[in-house]
Amino acid sequence: MEKFSQHTGVGVPLRRSNVDTDQIIPAVYLKRVTRTGFEDALFAAWRGDPEFILNQDAYKAGSVLVAGPDFGTGSSREHAVWALKDYGFRAVLSARFADIFRGNSGKQGLLAAQLAQEDIELIWKVLETVPGTEVTVDLAAKLVHCADVTVPFQVDDYTRWRLMEGLDDIGLTLQHEAEITAFEASREAWRPRTLPAKHLPPVEIVAARPVVRTGDDALV
Amino acid sequence: MAGTLAEKVWDAHIVRRGTDGAPDLLYIDLHLVHEVTSPQAFEGLRLAGRPVRRPDLTIATEDHNTPTLDIDRPIADLTSRTQIQTLRNNAAEFGVRLHSLGDADQGIVHQVGPQLGLTMPGLTVVCGDSHTSTHGAFGALAFGIGTSEVEHVLATQTLPLAPFKTMAITVDGTLPPGTTSKDIILAIIAKIGTGGGQGYVLEYRGEAIRALSMEARMTICNMSIEAGARAGMIAPDETTFEYLKGRPHAPEGADWDAAVDYWRTLRSDDDAVFDAEVVLEASDLEPFVTWGTNPGQGLPLSARVPVPAEIADENERVAAERALEYMGLEPGTPLRDIPVDTVFIGSCTNGRIEDLRSVAKVVQGRRKAESVRVLVVPSSARVRLQAEAEGLDKIFLDFGAEWRNAGCSMCLGMNPDQLAPGERSASTSNRNFEGRQGKGGRTHLVSPLVAAATAIRGTLSSVADLGADVVPPDGSPLTDVRGDLQHA
Ligand code: SF4
Repeated sequence: MEKFSQHTGVGVPLRRSNVDTDQIIPAVYLKRVTRTGFEDALFAAWRGDPEFILNQDAYKAGSVLVAGPDFGTGSSREHAVWALKDYGFRAVLSARFADIFRGNSGKQGLLAAQLAQEDIELIWKVLETVPGTEVTVDLAAKLVHCADVTVPFQVDDYTRWRLMEGLDDIGLTLQHEAEITAFEASREAWRPRTLPAKHLPPVEIVAARPVVRTGDDALV
Repeated sequence: MAGTLAEKVWDAHIVRRGTDGAPDLLYIDLHLVHEVTSPQAFEGLRLAGRPVRRPDLTIATEDHNTPTLDIDRPIADLTSRTQIQTLRNNAAEFGVRLHSLGDADQGIVHQVGPQLGLTMPGLTVVCGDSHTSTHGAFGALAFGIGTSEVEHVLATQTLPLAPFKTMAITVDGTLPPGTTSKDIILAIIAKIGTGGGQGYVLEYRGEAIRALSMEARMTICNMSIEAGARAGMIAPDETTFEYLKGRPHAPEGADWDAAVDYWRTLRSDDDAVFDAEVVLEASDLEPFVTWGTNPGQGLPLSARVPVPAEIADENERVAAERALEYMGLEPGTPLRDIPVDTVFIGSCTNGRIEDLRSVAKVVQGRRKAESVRVLVVPSSARVRLQAEAEGLDKIFLDFGAEWRNAGCSMCLGMNPDQLAPGERSASTSNRNFEGRQGKGGRTHLVSPLVAAATAIRGTLSSVADLGADVVPPDGSPLTDVRGDLQHA
């Protein structure tokens, strides 16, 4: 995971509250087997509308999303964070985030910065007056700068530390690899192993075939 | 200090205790993998250049997408085929054992672990599937995880986990004839609600639980998640050891003795303190069915469809109104009068050999109602073989049912086994959410016995309604829990 201490990029004002994860990425995209390439899926339901903010040239290259309150509610899909990151967003600013979304973001290097709603409004005003204005998110100082607006934001210390160190969950755990190895050495012999595989003798499995239906039975 | 069963298993797996509110790091003994929640986890490993730390504690099977007909032909649905092919590629690349379609050990992941003897008391078991709680029936701490946690376990064989609360659910008495462990769990969920278990590990105990076979215990633990619980557990006992002994991966010789000695200590101490307690009397139970769109919306079969106007709680009333509209039900209708189009017997809740046997006992020598289609889908290929060895397939076919290959099938309709819009099912599975079994499909959750009786009469029914000899309930001497080993 890339280290995050400060980021500057075009701010995108998303004047909507309660943007749930279905709106961030609709369920049809969940069938994919990859974890990258979701940029086209981001806000898919809105992207067809030429007026939609990301369809306007000035905001297209945005990397700081400035959203209304209650961002990321609904289903816990991690794809919501993937889609935002794949599009190029590094930070989302909002007055309130859904817990699971915030948790998923922190784990994957997307900063979910919590601001006061009136500060969000100030930033929206700047971004709408001068489209394409850059926003700087300073994680070390916990400040957001946008033109002449400088406001504080909140992020919990643990998440902040992880982002600044660039540690994903796995990286964090692997810092304790010696302890894992020591634990493994103490595991009892009876605990199961899947390999080498043991099983009953292989038997041929015969394929079932569709039932041919007649008369009253023909339901499907 | 006195501890609960769940706390004992937890404590035995702490690699590193969390300080200052940080989570404990827990070792995972067994990681079950299937095709739906694993592709991105493997891709994450690939992107980071990480191996699977312990392929020898990992096992994969194909279940959610697999067709139950024509399994020897290419899978028609492109998404399903891609997910399965991706799993095959990943298993080969990372050295993970995989039981593919057509293999005798292929089947629903929650059947495959127990049937191979991999699921044991005192283990931590995880899988990217919420019904992993099934394995708690053995006294394992087993729970479902998300895709990024799947990747975490693949890479480290550990998980950082926040602590849980404990709830004791005591079921006293004896089950009346015609009722099963499915009725116990549906009654529990109706009692505590779909959120009643949130944050808890449930421990099922009491006389009625002790009397259950392993299969029946798995049914109960399986649905813990439908009460919102993190996991469900039952302390291991002779029934557990008997089920395990001789299975392919069960310990042998001195290891077996050491294991059993340890397993006997896996029970909540008499003075252990639970954060919450619930008590239920089994002898009061009747066959239970759901009428709504969540597993908590259930009632005894003798009841009527609720009248929303009579529900005091505003939220519940609105929920009931919405559910009845979706389900196409008139308030006040006797549940017994509800006709169904399809009966589905299968899933990780009730697709085991014992379930198939109890259904076969009811339908033997009878003919299904003309208007009903009946699908019997064994939970694994082994279960199918076992059923065929016992002649159950003939009974089902003579009855007019379809005898399918193993998989999740109509439990969630990711394969072609789906309900059409408006079609109504009596289903032995675990979720009656809107659209779960197919867009617009209407699901009534039932026990295998109710499913069998319903298939005969065409409306929701209990075996008592057949006016025939009543079938013995779960755990009776007639159920042979070792059955699925016999064809070896
Ligand atoms: S049978 Fe149903 S509940 Fe069980 S694992 Fe499959 S889809 Fe999930």
